Amino acid sequence: MAEVALTGISKSFGDEVVLDDVTMTIPDGAFVVLLGPTGAGKTTTLRMVSGLDKPDTGTITIGGRDVASYTPAQRDVAMVFQQYSLYPHLTVRQNLEFPLKSPILQTPQAEINQKVSAVAEVLQISHKLDNKATALSGGEMQRVSIGRALVRQPSVYLMDEPLSSLDAKLRSDLRIELKSIQADSGATMLYVTHDQTEAMTMATHVGVLDNGKLVQFGSPREIYEDPISIYAASRLGQPRINVLPSDVFGGAPNKATHIGLRPEQIKQGEGEDSFVQRVEHLGDQTRLHLSFKSHDLITVTDAHTDLKEGDIIQIRPDKPFFFDASGARIS
Amino acid sequence: MSFSVTEPSKGTKWLAGALVIGYACITLVPLLWIIATGFKSPTDSIAYPPVVVFEPTLEGYVNLFTERTRATPDMLEAAGEPQTWYDEIVRERGTVISGPSRYGERFLNSVIIGFGSTFLCMVLGTMAAYAFSRFKVPLKDDLLFFILSTRMMPPIAVAIPIFLMFRNLGLNDTHLGMILLYTAVNLSLSVWLLKGFIDEIPIEYEEAALIDGYTRFQAFYKVVLPQAATGIASTAIFCLIFAWNEYAFAVLLTSGTAQTAPPFIPTIIGTSGKDWPAVAAGATIFLVPVMVFTILLRKHLLRGITFGAVRK
Repeated sequence: MAEVALTGISKSFGDEVVLDDVTMTIPDGAFVVLLGPTGAGKTTTLRMVSGLDKPDTGTITIGGRDVASYTPAQRDVAMVFQQYSLYPHLTVRQNLEFPLKSPILQTPQAEINQKVSAVAEVLQISHKLDNKATALSGGEMQRVSIGRALVRQPSVYLMDEPLSSLDAKLRSDLRIELKSIQADSGATMLYVTHDQTEAMTMATHVGVLDNGKLVQFGSPREIYEDPISIYAASRLGQPRINVLPSDVFGGAPNKATHIGLRPEQIKQGEGEDSFVQRVEHLGDQTRLHLSFKSHDLITVTDAHTDLKEGDIIQIRPDKPFFFDASGARIS
Repeated sequence: MSFSVTEPSKGTKWLAGALVIGYACITLVPLLWIIATGFKSPTDSIAYPPVVVFEPTLEGYVNLFTERTRATPDMLEAAGEPQTWYDEIVRERGTVISGPSRYGERFLNSVIIGFGSTFLCMVLGTMAAYAFSRFKVPLKDDLLFFILSTRMMPPIAVAIPIFLMFRNLGLNDTHLGMILLYTAVNLSLSVWLLKGFIDEIPIEYEEAALIDGYTRFQAFYKVVLPQAATGIASTAIFCLIFAWNEYAFAVLLTSGTAQTAPPFIPTIIGTSGKDWPAVAAGATIFLVPVMVFTILLRKHLLRGITFGAVRK
């Protein structure tokens, strides 16, 4: 329930620049997913907003107020830590009650009980409430850690890979739950993940971080369909975008050194020959590993295809992306 | 040739058990001897060869807690029949009880000074260790080394300056003076030990508490302290044992009001220098508090292994 704005945020630890002049505005109620490999600055961005770390330069506002002098408690943010950080001397129930009992909230016990059991229900941990926090599996710890954030109604949720340790079924259940909780409460969400299904399905905005720089910020569709660089294009899409030298197909504009082809940008059945190296039947789709003029590429084809290893299939690019030598997109 | 971990055989276990019990018995002999001596008569206590089987008496304990005067037969006659069992014991030696001894007071002084300095040491030590562990303290390494350096010579080496300082400050023979002194001596040990324990507690827990709406001090109190309980308990035992057993400073700086038990116990032996049972009784009772304290805190020493709730 607050707009979060980062303006010119930079942070270094020693000689290592972790965030470099990051500016982004997260609209009130938005669900922002930060993408980028390890070390890109995703977690540091969350810690800046939470107040656990202070930026070297730049300002952060939450709901229009500059929070530079605010403690984490005063910022009214809830955070799910990547390492769970459950209080080991407390039970699951006490862990979930902990934020509600803080001197800031001082929730009455009846309300605490009701909120804790509601959250435990959603996260499917009701039967573990009286366990010690240390006597849980990794997935259970992670759910308690999410629960500790969800029992509150903060203005901003910060979540650092909150679903990473869960099995596939639970992950897809909780993806929907988290999205609807966030949508219902209207809280602003800043979410770090490696999982692009999460990014594509939950995000209203995606921020792509590269070595501490925010290289692109927009809706998931925008990032997917209109990436500004090879780097941004590789963040989304399964299988990943194929990047080949631009001259293998011809028709490339001047200055283009690479061509980028998502599976749907590869037209099958016309064009030049390629060899099928491997066929992966995934059920709803089939992946083809092709060899084209000694370059490997991966595309998707009909689920019931008869193609098999050693076959020849014609392919040609269809509205591909072109990139220059620095990796930037040429439109 | 290959090795594998197997359950030890019954014979091995039995042998190991026997060895441990045997070793325990040997180390316990002096302790048992002191306890036994407390129940011997003065004659038995200095008998040679030493007696192992003897007729137990509470004379040592009665002598420990009482002051007695030698009485002539006339006086004994005049005093009438002994009123209590302890009157009876002292009458047999031709003496009467003239009042309580000062062992009780001295013992109480030891309790006040020992536990007082341990408590103060834990409060200051935990907070200092937390600060050294978590904050950017200017000259941190130098300060830590300075704190450690106070332990590099035997404390008694500074006895004379301390004696003069105490005299000027009016701290000679006061509880406060002894508490401060033992705290100062123990503080370096407790800061270093506790810093090690607190370093082991991941900072993520406090960060979670800060986000959950707590202040830094509340996070320390509610999250760090419970997890440092193991370290605090074992450090407290070390501090108490030092303060409890300390003899040299106690002899030098206390004489009456604040005298602790260690300098007092040798004086019990009496003018005749034969009252070993009373000395042994004093030593036996003196052992109890530290033993109880250690046993009470033992569960904390074994508990509180907190690995696992933070993903490494």
